Amino acid sequence: MPGNVKVVERPRAESSYVRAAAKGMSITMRHLLSPNKKTQQYPDEKWELAPRTRGTHRMAVHEDGRAKCVACGLCPTVCPVNCIKLVPAEDENGERYAAIYEIDEFRCIFCGYCQEVCPVEAIHLGVHYENAEYSRERWVYDLERLVEQEHDVTALWDPQDPASQ
Amino acid sequence: MNPVAGGAFALATVGKVVLFFTVLMLAVMLATIFERKVCGFMQDRSGPNRVGPWGLLQVIADGIKNLLKEETMPEQAVRPFFLLAPVLAILPATILFAVIPFASPLPTPWGLVEMIVADVPIGFLYVLAIGSIGVYGVAMGGWASGSKYSLLGGLRGSAQMVSYEVALALSLVPLILLTGDVRAPEIVSMQQTFTAGPATYATWFVFPLLVGLFFFFVSGLAETNRLPFDLPEAEAELITGYHTEYSAMKFSMFMIGEFAHVITVAALVTVFFLGGWDIPFWQGDNIRVLSDGTVIGEPTWWKTLLTLGAFGLKTSLLVLVFVWIRWTLPRFRYDQLMDLGWKFMLEAVTVYILVIAFVILGIEAVGIPAGGWYAFVLFLVNLALAGALFFAMDRGTLIRGGAKGARSAGGDAAQGQGG
Repeated sequence: MPGNVKVVERPRAESSYVRAAAKGMSITMRHLLSPNKKTQQYPDEKWELAPRTRGTHRMAVHEDGRAKCVACGLCPTVCPVNCIKLVPAEDENGERYAAIYEIDEFRCIFCGYCQEVCPVEAIHLGVHYENAEYSRERWVYDLERLVEQEHDVTALWDPQDPASQ
Repeated sequence: MNPVAGGAFALATVGKVVLFFTVLMLAVMLATIFERKVCGFMQDRSGPNRVGPWGLLQVIADGIKNLLKEETMPEQAVRPFFLLAPVLAILPATILFAVIPFASPLPTPWGLVEMIVADVPIGFLYVLAIGSIGVYGVAMGGWASGSKYSLLGGLRGSAQMVSYEVALALSLVPLILLTGDVRAPEIVSMQQTFTAGPATYATWFVFPLLVGLFFFFVSGLAETNRLPFDLPEAEAELITGYHTEYSAMKFSMFMIGEFAHVITVAALVTVFFLGGWDIPFWQGDNIRVLSDGTVIGEPTWWKTLLTLGAFGLKTSLLVLVFVWIRWTLPRFRYDQLMDLGWKFMLEAVTVYILVIAFVILGIEAVGIPAGGWYAFVLFLVNLALAGALFFAMDRGTLIRGGAKGARSAGGDAAQGQGG
């Protein structure tokens, strides 16, 4: 034999094919008969998500339905992947609002900095994961779409334990 | 009541062909869903359950999908053989069923209809002959695809099936020694109890031929190309081997062929070793049609239905065993497979035939007539042989990688003697 091949001697109980096969067959049969199946019936039963799950965004609104965003420009600045597009504007009362506010959810890494940095608690990440779309364009959420979202917003920290202790 | 003859016989045969083919195809459909369900359960999943009750209609959805998918034709493929191979994969498995008796004879106003498509006098040899043809589908599909992976798969398949055919045929020789007849209905009758007519053994052949059953089952497993003998279609190495290049319904036909083969081998084991359509502990279903047309027993239509149920149940249980083995045992290495076939099975079966032949000679010299005691003596011999066999396999180095002395210093391939 070429080279120096190490041959490991194992006891019969470990190396016997017959015993190993019998053991394997008993294991599969036990699982076959076990009523404890792990499958989750997904569309019928859904995941229970943690309150701090970070998913697609949602924009908070005033009582009259206007977006809370004041177009301060902090979120596009802090965004590490540059996925937020913001064009500010001013109304007749001199209040700033977002004329264009778009988030490219394909680019987003769901870090949550935008929510953290927002001074008026307008933009939020959401507790949400079902995001299938028919086209890539649909993945760019505009302001209207962000306002329409209805899922829970992400809690960035546990209110009972703000310092994560 | 006499067996049907003349025009009624022809009509009955056509009816049986249509019926049996429909039932076999339905059984194949059910077998696919059964396999997926059982596999799911074994892996703590629930298996397909979206289409129809318990996912039963999943097979229909799959069938429609496969019919509507694009048929691809590789540029390098040899067209006529490429198209012929799926047909040759299905054909032997389905026509094998023709010699399998699946219920007790059915009385009709025109005579007694035997529940077997073709009661050919060489029943059992027909099984071996047609079983050998199965290799053509695999070898041809692999070669005609014009793909190296497929060619390897086809070569592996042909080598494997030819090797195990020897053991498959030899493992049935003790059965002939016992029955003295190769007709499948006669083999079933031999396992039942009769007060009149030629002597029978009154017990299923699983007892007097226990070791034979083991050999037949292992070779049958190898013939169907399923795990642990699925080297022709090894997914990881050969990208499913001989049917890599097939798509849509042509691929489906290979799958249907495989499942039909599984069902056929299960049915053969049932007929040869588990009493065929015989219902245990009940003598009412013991009906025998002798070759001269004499009928022993009282055939009725409900007995036919009951025995059909018994046959279906036994076959399904055996299919379950096939599935169970498939989802448990890992695939053999190719040299281990060949060693098992040529260096172990062949010798062991030959020795088994000799032992059974001498024991039968001895029993007849002592003067025990064919019947329960005859079978009991053989059963004891088989128990001893089975013990010795499993002891030898346990001590053997078939699957061991690093056994002492398994590799000789000269570097020849003498490793892995199976017992």
